[in-house]
Amino acid sequence: MRAARRWPATLVAGGIILAASLVLALVPSLVAPYDPDAFDYAALLAGPSAAHPFGADNFGRDMLSRVIHAYTIDMQIALFATVVPFLVGTAVGALVGYTGGLAEAVFGRVVDAVITFPFLVLVIAIVAVLGPGLRNMYVAVGVVGWVFYARLIAAEISVQRRLDYADAGRAMGYGPLRIIFRHLLPNAITPAIVYWMTDMALAILLGSSLGYLGLGAQPPTAEWGTLIADGKNFMTTAWWIAVFPGLAIVLTGLGFSLTGDGLAELLAPRR
Amino acid sequence: MTGLQVRNLTTLFDTPRGQAHAVDGVDLDVAPGEVLGLVGESGSGKSVTLRSILRLIRPPGRVTGQVAWQGRDLMALGPAALRQVRGGEIAMIFQEPMSALNPVLTVRAQIEESLRAHTTLDRAGRRRRAAELLDRVGMPDATRRLDDYPHQFSGGMRQRVMIAIALASEPKLLLADEPTTALDVTIQDQILKLLLDLRDSMGMSVLFVTHDLGVVAATCDRVAVMYAGRVVEMADVLDLFDAPRHPYTRGLLGSVPRGGAERTLLTSVEGTPPSLTALPPGCAFAPRCGWATEDCRSAVPPMEVFARGHAVACIHHQRVAA
Repeated sequence: MRAARRWPATLVAGGIILAASLVLALVPSLVAPYDPDAFDYAALLAGPSAAHPFGADNFGRDMLSRVIHAYTIDMQIALFATVVPFLVGTAVGALVGYTGGLAEAVFGRVVDAVITFPFLVLVIAIVAVLGPGLRNMYVAVGVVGWVFYARLIAAEISVQRRLDYADAGRAMGYGPLRIIFRHLLPNAITPAIVYWMTDMALAILLGSSLGYLGLGAQPPTAEWGTLIADGKNFMTTAWWIAVFPGLAIVLTGLGFSLTGDGLAELLAPRR
Repeated sequence: MTGLQVRNLTTLFDTPRGQAHAVDGVDLDVAPGEVLGLVGESGSGKSVTLRSILRLIRPPGRVTGQVAWQGRDLMALGPAALRQVRGGEIAMIFQEPMSALNPVLTVRAQIEESLRAHTTLDRAGRRRRAAELLDRVGMPDATRRLDDYPHQFSGGMRQRVMIAIALASEPKLLLADEPTTALDVTIQDQILKLLLDLRDSMGMSVLFVTHDLGVVAATCDRVAVMYAGRVVEMADVLDLFDAPRHPYTRGLLGSVPRGGAERTLLTSVEGTPPSLTALPPGCAFAPRCGWATEDCRSAVPPMEVFARGHAVACIHHQRVAA
C-alpha cells in the first residue's frame, strides 16, 4: 500500500551541487589553497597551471581561492535576497487569495503596476537611490520581489478555497487562519517553492549584475559579479579571470534549477 | 427548544441571467434522534439547503430566514459562537470523501485537528481518541492506518474517515450531503448501517440529503421532498411510500424499480425542472403536472397538513391520492 518514495534524479543532482556549494560557502578557507586577498607579484596574470588551477589575476591573487571565497557572499545573496520575499509574498498571497473579492482585485492592480517595470531596472533604480551595497540590494529586492510570490500563492489559494475540503474545514468550525495556513497552504505552496529555487539562481545573477555595475558587493570582497567585472579589461590577454567566476555562477544556478525541478516532481500532489 | 427548526429559509444567487432562487422558503424540523431525509432531483436545492443551515454559502449567495438550533438562532451567531456550533454540535459529511479530505494531511492529523478544535483532550488523549474513532467507524487495523494519507484509502474507507472526523466532537446533529452517492451498492449499505448505528448509540439526529429513494426507505424516519427549491411534501417514510400526495412525489416513486413485482416499464417524470432564475408563477411543478389547472398557475400552493405528520403543497392532493 505504502509506495516507496523515489527521489527524482534532478533533485539528487541539484542537491549534490547545492550541498557542495554550501560547504564552500561555510568553510571556504578550509578548501581554498591560498588567501584570496594575498598578492603574489611572481604570478601576475599567470595562466591556469598546477600551482594556480584557475590562474591568477593582475595582482597575482589566486583565482581558485577567490572563486571559492565568493561562494560565501553569493550563497548569502541567494538566500537573503529571496527568503523575505518568499515569506512575505506567501503570507500576503494566502490572505488575499482566501479573502477574494475587493482585496484580490486591488492586489491584482498592484501586481500589474509592479510587473510593468522591468525587474532589474526597478532594483537598480532603488539601489541607486539608497546607495550601493549588499544591504540596500536586499531591501530593493525585498520591496519588489514579494509580489511575484504573492501572485503565485493568491492564484493557488483562490482555487483551493473553493474546493470541498475547504468547505469541510469551515463546516468543522475551524477559524480562517487555521484553514488558510494549515489546510490550504500546504496544497498551494509547491509552485512558490519551485519558483523560490529558480529565484535564488536569479538572485545570484542579479547580485552579480549589480556587483558588475558596482552597485552590489564592493571590492575587494570576492563576489562573482565583481570578479567578472575586474576580469573584463583582461578578456583578450587573461580570459581565466572572468571565465571561472562565470562558470561558478552557471554551476550554482544549475544546482538551484535542478533542485527546483526535482522538488516540483517530488511534491506533485498524489490524488 | 431542542433539535433543529428551519423557517422560511431562502437562498438567492445573483447570476448574469437574474436572481436564482436555489432555496425558496423551506421549513424543516429535525427532532433529537430523528433521521430526516431530504430528497429531490439534481438542482432541487437539497445541498444548498444543507450548506445554508451552517452558513457555508459564500457571496454572492445570500441566505435569509431563521435557523434555530437548541433554541439559538444560527443566522445571528457571531463568528466565534458559530465556529463552536460548526463541527462541535452540528457536523457535516460530504458526497465525495476524496475531495472533502485534505490530500496532504494524514488521517491522524485530520482527526486530531477536529479533536483539538472541539475537545479539551491533551496530545496523548487526542492520539488515543483518534485511534478509537477510526476503529469505531469500522476501519480494519485502525491504529496502523492512522498515518496513511487519504489517497491510500478506498472510497468507502475514505467516507468512514470523513465520518470519524465528523464524530470527533460527538455532534448532536449530522448533516449528510449524499454521503453514499459516490460509493458502490454494497459499500453504500455498510455506510448507511454505520450511520444508523451511530444515531442509535450516540443519540444523534441526521439530516440526510439524497436523490436515492432506496436509501431513504432504508434509513429515514421522515422525508421531505424538494422540487425547485421548495419542499412540496413531508411525511413519515412509510406514509410517503404508501400514499404519496404530491404529483411529483408520485412521479419519483414511479421511476423506482421494485423487486418482486411483475416487470413493467418504469415511468419517468415528463419534462425538465424549471430554471431557477425563471420559476413559473404558482406551483413550480405545474408545467410538468397532469393534474394542473388554472388555479395551480396563479398562486404558490401552501403546505397543507391533512393528516398527522403528513403535509403537502398541492391544491389537488385529494384527487392525486384517489
